[in-house]
Amino acid sequence: MNNKYKFVSVDIGKCVGCRVCEYACSMEKFKAFNPAKSRIRVVRLYPHTNAALNCRMCQDAPCVIACPRKALTQSQENGVIHVDDKLCDGCGWCVKACEFGAIALDPKPTVCICDLCEKREGGPTCVEWCPEKALELTTTDGLSQKARIEAVEKLAEAME
Amino acid sequence: MNAYTGKILYIDLTCGSCKTGFYDEAMAGDYIGGTGFGVKMLIDHLKPGLDAFDPGNPLIYVSGATTGTIVPCTASKFGVFAKSPATGLLGEAYSTGQWGAELRAAGYDVLVITGKAPKPVYLFIDDGTVQIRSARKLWGKSTWEAEQAIRDELGDQNIRVSGIGRAGENLNRLACIINDRFRAAGRTGLGAVMGSKNLKAVALRGTQDVSVADPEGLMAFCRDLFERAKGPATAKYRTLGTPANMLTMSAQGALPTRNYREAEFEKVENVSGERLNEQFITKIQGCSACPCRCEHIAKAREGRFKGAVSRMEYEPMMAFGPYCGVDDMNAIIKAIESCNIYGVDAIGAGIVVGFAMECYERGLITKEDAGGLELNFGNGEAMVEMVRKMSEREDIGDILAEGVMRAAEKIGGGAAHFAMHIKGLELTGYDIRGLKTAALGYAVSRRGGDHQRHGSYGWDLSGKVDRFKAEPGRGALVMGDEDMYAVIDSMIICKFTRTIWQGYEDIAKVYSLVTGIPMEADQLRLCGERMSNLARLFNIREGMTRRDDELLPARIHEDPIPGGAAKGSVVTPEDMAILLDGYYAARGWDNQGVPTDEKLDELGLGAYASIAEGVRA
Repeated sequence: MNNKYKFVSVDIGKCVGCRVCEYACSMEKFKAFNPAKSRIRVVRLYPHTNAALNCRMCQDAPCVIACPRKALTQSQENGVIHVDDKLCDGCGWCVKACEFGAIALDPKPTVCICDLCEKREGGPTCVEWCPEKALELTTTDGLSQKARIEAVEKLAEAME
Repeated sequence: MNAYTGKILYIDLTCGSCKTGFYDEAMAGDYIGGTGFGVKMLIDHLKPGLDAFDPGNPLIYVSGATTGTIVPCTASKFGVFAKSPATGLLGEAYSTGQWGAELRAAGYDVLVITGKAPKPVYLFIDDGTVQIRSARKLWGKSTWEAEQAIRDELGDQNIRVSGIGRAGENLNRLACIINDRFRAAGRTGLGAVMGSKNLKAVALRGTQDVSVADPEGLMAFCRDLFERAKGPATAKYRTLGTPANMLTMSAQGALPTRNYREAEFEKVENVSGERLNEQFITKIQGCSACPCRCEHIAKAREGRFKGAVSRMEYEPMMAFGPYCGVDDMNAIIKAIESCNIYGVDAIGAGIVVGFAMECYERGLITKEDAGGLELNFGNGEAMVEMVRKMSEREDIGDILAEGVMRAAEKIGGGAAHFAMHIKGLELTGYDIRGLKTAALGYAVSRRGGDHQRHGSYGWDLSGKVDRFKAEPGRGALVMGDEDMYAVIDSMIICKFTRTIWQGYEDIAKVYSLVTGIPMEADQLRLCGERMSNLARLFNIREGMTRRDDELLPARIHEDPIPGGAAKGSVVTPEDMAILLDGYYAARGWDNQGVPTDEKLDELGLGAYASIAEGVRA
């Protein structure tokens, strides 16, 4: 699993399922609005569970290992998984290998995976646009630290 | 064109044929989308004088100008139009959620559905292809079950469905069309038109790009609009939501209570937005591309209705709360859930049940008529059961399913005096006896008893005018509101965010950034006026006259509000004459409410002048 790369993480308590992230992502990547091409995808389970899901930059990523055509490669620098559109034929093995549902077929069909907007100044556009601040660019360790601080805050509150 | 697909899908269910039509930039610039497209398509495609359930009545879906873009809060919006089975006039309703964005991504801006399928069917529009599929297994199912069954059948859980429940199948004149579980094209009985066509649902899958003329310019302006949409202008909708109105409307003596017998509710604390949010709301979520999120989801916590889930707004809470004398929040949540499941307008249905309760207490409906229910004001369980009976047309529900206007005629015994509707459409949550500007807005609303075509209660409740006084100048206020709302409903902008827009300037700017069609504020205002006039012509063509504008429910004219802040208020026929004369004059119409030739020429509606000429004295 990932313990050093940054990725975009959703706070399910804050996510309202508005899909602004999908609109912003498709605009960034394709200069058009098209949630069906977004690299972050929102799931709503009725009546009201919402979550935006995308790549968590796993180490030794199972999707890369699963690809029979070697279309997927992972950057050792930032963990981003790059898709070679010429090699990818949309077979979907990587989709199955990903436990987070973070890989989607864009309608071409080749797969699309979050690249943290690595060429964009200011980082991932979805984080910037999320109206609920439900998305953050963080690491597994960052999440862990946050969870610990929250736990202690709760304790402190209870002790008062 | 940018954003606009330029495509209209015509479907004839009688013979199962489909064809694609096209519209041009001139149509887009003159009619914008939403309201403009809906009214224009309906007046051009409906043979005058047809019954609403005639197969020739077209059921029309339209997207807005900015549907499918990140412009707040417009992405998911769509409108539905047909001749209304409730009013016999313009049938019009809007919805949101996810469906609208999917329509445009599927390749169309307008669907025109005519004819009647020999057997129940549903439509599946899949990226520009169309299938008419059997709904044999779906007929009889609830809206929620049907959505899931369609997704399962098509093997895609992202399919968006807009469809009817039992009420629409049974031609209940209050039937609505439900999408994304909690969203409805609610008013004017359009679900019954769908049912009359043996059409269960329209399912969509769209994966096409929605391009815009100036992506950088648009994203920069939208950043600003997003900030405004998270600011004080929308705070009410993001916190308590519209249920915040419950306490304020009661205090203002404007909360319709027990079928308009009163205008304040003694148990309003029990059904307040504050209590709702504290004890029942489990999540506030958002529609597609919405920076505000307002969808307050509530769960019933205890008693018979424990576990019921519904989206809460002031209007349905008013209708199933104070209007029926009910203060049990669990019953209110269940009644609204039932409306979503059976597919019936949650405002109208509550007004009908309140009407039935008054009939029951006056002995005009017996316990036997009601299938054994004790239909007294305040009986929440009976109220919930009546929603089902109306949808299934069971017992007295069969008559109530016709709406209060027709039900009062059948029940007789003076019931028409307290059948609270205008032109056949049940009233909404503002007691207009003490809100004279709103009274005018309701009286002339093109879809009948309705606050959503004008929002003119704002003038009265904010104290900007004397709410108890009828003056000719209110006409210009209502006209301004109507034309602005027509533009808002054409873009289609969520009304909860209407105040983040600084007038026509901002809207025109976004319109141009998205579509690339040059648009100025004045031009856009004129578009709104054009739509209002074209809708008026549609209603005139269907037989509406000044008399229909004048005639409010007898209780509004004759029964003064008995207590509270608006004690003693009525709207007299003299009030109505003053208000209507002022309104018609502001509009440039004659004193019978018919647009003049000059006005029609000014608006580029000369082609429709024969409608006005036909009725001019």
